[in-house]
Amino acid sequence: MHRNYRLLILLFPVVFWLLCFFIIPLLSVFAYSFIERGTYGGVQWNFTLENYQRLFDGLYLGILWRSVSTAIVATALCLLLGYPFAYYLARYQPKWRNVLLLLVVVPFWTNFLIRTYAWMLLLRTEGVLNSLLAVLIPTAGPVELLNTPIAVQIGLVYGYLPFMILPLYASLEQLDMSLMEAAQDLGASPRRTFWHVTVPLSLPGILAGSMLVFIPTVGAFITPDLLGGGKVSYIGNVVERQFKSARDWPFGSALSFMLMCIVLAGTVLYFRTLQGREDDGEATGK
Amino acid sequence: MRTKCLLLTLAFIALSIGQGDAKDEQLNIFTWAGYVSDDIRTGFEKEFGVDVIVDTYASNEDLLAKLQAGATGYDVIMPSDYMVSILIKLDLLAELEREAIPNFQNVSPLFLGKYFDTENRYSVPYTFGTAGIAYDSDVVQPAPDSWNVLWDEKYANQFSMLDDQRETLGVALKLLGYSLNTTDVKELQAAKEKLIAQKPLVKQYKSEAEELLVAGDVAMAHCWSGDAFRAAETRTTIRYVIPKEGSSQFIDAVCILRAAPHRALAAQFINYLLRPEINAKITVFTKYGTCVPAAKEHLPESLREHEFIYPPKEVLESLEWLKDPGDWTRHYNRAWEELKAR
Repeated sequence: MHRNYRLLILLFPVVFWLLCFFIIPLLSVFAYSFIERGTYGGVQWNFTLENYQRLFDGLYLGILWRSVSTAIVATALCLLLGYPFAYYLARYQPKWRNVLLLLVVVPFWTNFLIRTYAWMLLLRTEGVLNSLLAVLIPTAGPVELLNTPIAVQIGLVYGYLPFMILPLYASLEQLDMSLMEAAQDLGASPRRTFWHVTVPLSLPGILAGSMLVFIPTVGAFITPDLLGGGKVSYIGNVVERQFKSARDWPFGSALSFMLMCIVLAGTVLYFRTLQGREDDGEATGK
Repeated sequence: MRTKCLLLTLAFIALSIGQGDAKDEQLNIFTWAGYVSDDIRTGFEKEFGVDVIVDTYASNEDLLAKLQAGATGYDVIMPSDYMVSILIKLDLLAELEREAIPNFQNVSPLFLGKYFDTENRYSVPYTFGTAGIAYDSDVVQPAPDSWNVLWDEKYANQFSMLDDQRETLGVALKLLGYSLNTTDVKELQAAKEKLIAQKPLVKQYKSEAEELLVAGDVAMAHCWSGDAFRAAETRTTIRYVIPKEGSSQFIDAVCILRAAPHRALAAQFINYLLRPEINAKITVFTKYGTCVPAAKEHLPESLREHEFIYPPKEVLESLEWLKDPGDWTRHYNRAWEELKAR
């Protein structure tokens, strides 16, 4: 009895947190997605399925596809850039490792908005990048990067790269070096060692990093707004507009819910596939 | 023992919650970023011996969303015309007691009795403005007088449009000779097609045009008059024109919320805001026209009698209010999403 009491007190913060900041908001979004829009904003409490019917419209599905594919590309690029980075970081002299790791985190001390504005300075027509280009190749005209989907992609990769590096570093750092030596002693080429030993062992890091990048990028709306110049729509922008200028909270809720389901489905699928491969790897290893 | 601790904690929480109300004379203002400057705020605080808290929003829709999400405790808000009509319909505004606002008489009758509050029972106008084209007179020659210049390939990638569905669809509607407030699907479709054709030429959709103009990012911008005149302060070659096809106009008003905890103090603040020298400070900052003619004496020359700040009669007649279309908003949303998705 006494013990239960203590457990209750210990669990209280977690339960309270989950209830207030996760379950209740989630349920209210779900409930809102089934009611009617109020003419002057807000909602009218009449049940309707119309919000979900409106989702299956070429317009919104197209925008959704653009968001998902952009997020997949961003995740892949982060992995491609982040893996070698984390690998060398984990192999570096221990006394410098923490300094280098700190350098990855330092940009985070600056507000995200300011860092995104900095990219605007780099990419704009008379920006740093184009000035550099003009010096290197005087014949080439300026490249219009800002206000294009490419700028959005750059901004997303930049913004979320550390979320990939840190979990990768964590799993690569714990890697047992003797396993790689063993693989080489048994005659495996460096490439083979990498694909058959290093990668499978760092899978947890790859998984965590991919999730941490994919989930926020698929719903991003600030980066597309600033670097896309309001010319490219992503699902996050559509949701934002539903709650503001469109004053259509129920449709915004339905959109968010669909987005959530897709992210969840994608995540589960991704985990299953990779974990399945990991199990296979172990099976063949034995 | 443990129960005692818990009780003590709860008592502390209750105490600290109660303390929030202890200081009664505190005015809470919810307004546009920058409108109520520190200068205006501290002036009122000193004169009336109260605390003033200023929170800000970036658009009328933000204001509405926050009020509907239950943002309470605010006394004074500063919505634009169409938002006043929405807030009246939602029964969120308090009727003003004219006796408490003697400076109401300072407001020019030109701005009173408009459609959104025909007897000014709920709102007092204090500044007004228009949407038009700001352009760099060194680059854009000859000086434009029509919205058509925003479809001219010569200026491809050199201009921005407002990131505002009603204003930007409104440009295309006006150019086609329709009303800004059309409820005709065909007219709206035509306007959407016109904007889709324009999109490859547009550098950016952005509502804060001032920084684009100042940085020289764009040579032309579809923007609100205040942005144009603020940009012209730093980049002196910037000019502003209201195209001949007509455009939109707006009034910014000040209101008291029905749920305001300090109504009397709120009325005093509105009265303070309508003093010519205080009202002039808002105009100096925002570069929108003042609704208080006597404030002009306190304005710099450049903001006093400008033909595009205080338009002549024939221009005024070409201006329309952007009225809230109620349920028809959905059609405007749809057209806007289709444009943005391209």
